[in-house]
Amino acid sequence: MHTVTYLEAVNEALREEMERDPAVFLMGEDVSWNLMGATGGLREQFGFERVRDTPISEAGFVGAGAGAAMVGMRPVVHMLIAPFLYVAFDQIVSIVAKSTYLYGGQSKMPITLMAPMVYNAGNAAQHSDRPYSTLMTIPGLKLVAPATAADAKGLLKAAIRDDDPVICFEDAALWGNKGEVPDGDHVIALGVADVKREGSDVTVVAVSGAVLHALSAAEQLEAEGISVEVVDLRSIVPLDRDAVLTSVAKTGRLVIADPAHEMGSVASEVSAIVAEKGFWSLQAPIVRVTTPHTHIPYSAELERPLYPNPERIMAAVRGLMA
Amino acid sequence: MTISDGDLREMYRRMSSIRQFEDTTKDLLLKGELYGAFHTSTGQEASIVGSCMALRIDDHMVGTHRSHGHPIGKGAKLDRLLAELMGKETGVNQGKGGSMHLSDFSVGSLGETSIVGSGFPVATGAALGSKLQGLDRVALCFFGDGASNEGTFHESLNLASIWDLPVIYLCENNGYGELTAASDVMAVEHVAERAAAYRMPSATVDGQDVLAVYEAVGEAVARARAGEGPTLVETLTYRFENHAIGLPIENYRDPAEVEHWRTHRDPLLLFRDQAAQHGLDGAALDVIDAEVTAELTEALDFARSSPVPPPEAAFTHVFTNPIPIAR
Repeated sequence: MHTVTYLEAVNEALREEMERDPAVFLMGEDVSWNLMGATGGLREQFGFERVRDTPISEAGFVGAGAGAAMVGMRPVVHMLIAPFLYVAFDQIVSIVAKSTYLYGGQSKMPITLMAPMVYNAGNAAQHSDRPYSTLMTIPGLKLVAPATAADAKGLLKAAIRDDDPVICFEDAALWGNKGEVPDGDHVIALGVADVKREGSDVTVVAVSGAVLHALSAAEQLEAEGISVEVVDLRSIVPLDRDAVLTSVAKTGRLVIADPAHEMGSVASEVSAIVAEKGFWSLQAPIVRVTTPHTHIPYSAELERPLYPNPERIMAAVRGLMA
Repeated sequence: MTISDGDLREMYRRMSSIRQFEDTTKDLLLKGELYGAFHTSTGQEASIVGSCMALRIDDHMVGTHRSHGHPIGKGAKLDRLLAELMGKETGVNQGKGGSMHLSDFSVGSLGETSIVGSGFPVATGAALGSKLQGLDRVALCFFGDGASNEGTFHESLNLASIWDLPVIYLCENNGYGELTAASDVMAVEHVAERAAAYRMPSATVDGQDVLAVYEAVGEAVARARAGEGPTLVETLTYRFENHAIGLPIENYRDPAEVEHWRTHRDPLLLFRDQAAQHGLDGAALDVIDAEVTAELTEALDFARSSPVPPPEAAFTHVFTNPIPIAR
């Protein structure tokens, strides 16, 4: 084990995969300048050919990544921030997600998109989105949203090695968090949730940054005599249905904490799965703790309460135990 | 420019294949044996074949929604293309793609893509991939005059230019984007003028003259293989059919204009004169026509007798490494 920050763990994953496989290359806006903190030192080690600064042309370089992937490369495309995925949306939906299917499996699409989410940071509506739930509706994309340094490293390495497109959503609020990361080739299989804390009264299924809020809530609720199990989905697609259903079968109560907008969210999908497949385990209605269906305002006083936080998660859990 | 007798015959074979394939499939569509949106390449055979013949089989090519002709031009056999149009398991895309996505990767046809302009970045990336792999493969990106108004055109040509990528952007300027005349919606007269914005060499050639297209694209390919970067080649051509087969609106084009192109600017007829100058007489071309007709008849039998995909096929190839799909 060694201790690094979330961002340092992402950097380790990139460096190790580029060392391991010459087909892996990185491109995006300002990647050589390490603008977003995860790509430091890579250009010095691998050179411009493999650490490529792009023009501000998201559709162009995402699609170029797709084309390179189709001819045998394994591009990692850094989006700078997740909302810039929208600028490349046709390439992501029509090309990246659909080519393997459309061409009857004649080609593969081993591309990784890195999409940091910078929210609760005073950047207002256009820069603050958590768009994994939008992307989740599109067949052909795999999505991960790690919450710890170890998961960030292990999932990014798995994403780069996967023969399908994977979008890695980082939560910028976690960037500086230190965590223990196993030494050696640390790879985490896509689609496997992680029970971050065991408990018996209520299951909190959490996504991305909400995982830490759920753990904080669980800690405080323990003092009140409520035992909370925290299931970190880690991957959104594939979604570990079994892990969710197993936990709900144990606790009989479910809260889902998801920083995305509520409508059509991961929380909504998990709710539907449990309502369909785990209904008879439930002792109380499912509760979603999400962001209301409004835009993200600039004013910090307006923005801060919109996202899941320990207080909102605790209130939801207490409501189920009342 | 010198061209071998064998290459001349192959050019004509591919043009004749496209023409006969399109005439046959149009007929099948109107009779109800085929279905879906249907955009034919009829009239644009010289643009397609002249470009593709300047490539090697391992070079990549990206097409458009109007791409029945492109894989044929790149050397694909007709049987599996026809089976694809019939939605059969033996189709090039195993029945997943249909008319607007015919793709035969075995001849470098990297995927025809039906959202206008979406192929630019893909072809650009294929060229980037080849360059990073140290190979001298090039990528050929077909597009129409309409696609040159998309943002991906600008983004891709700029990328290719700053990175000296081995890609040839081949505009088949047929004068109309769907129903709207290019001259009504384009700020320049020729798409090739836009290359100047990317410091990219360009050429505008007669798209009905297969040898002229072959020569222009050949020069672009030589530059690309030599590491000298991309080229934009614009071919002036015309689609003999409507934007899509069965579209009820036709009055956007003057019937006299359509008739003029069909009568005086048919690339297959024009080729007969050129071939004669190269010592290839009409009888030899008639033999090729007959051989293509025979291949098409066999292809039709193959496609009709092929099985439809099993229901399970709707769920395969969503991923290469599959995940469970709830149903």
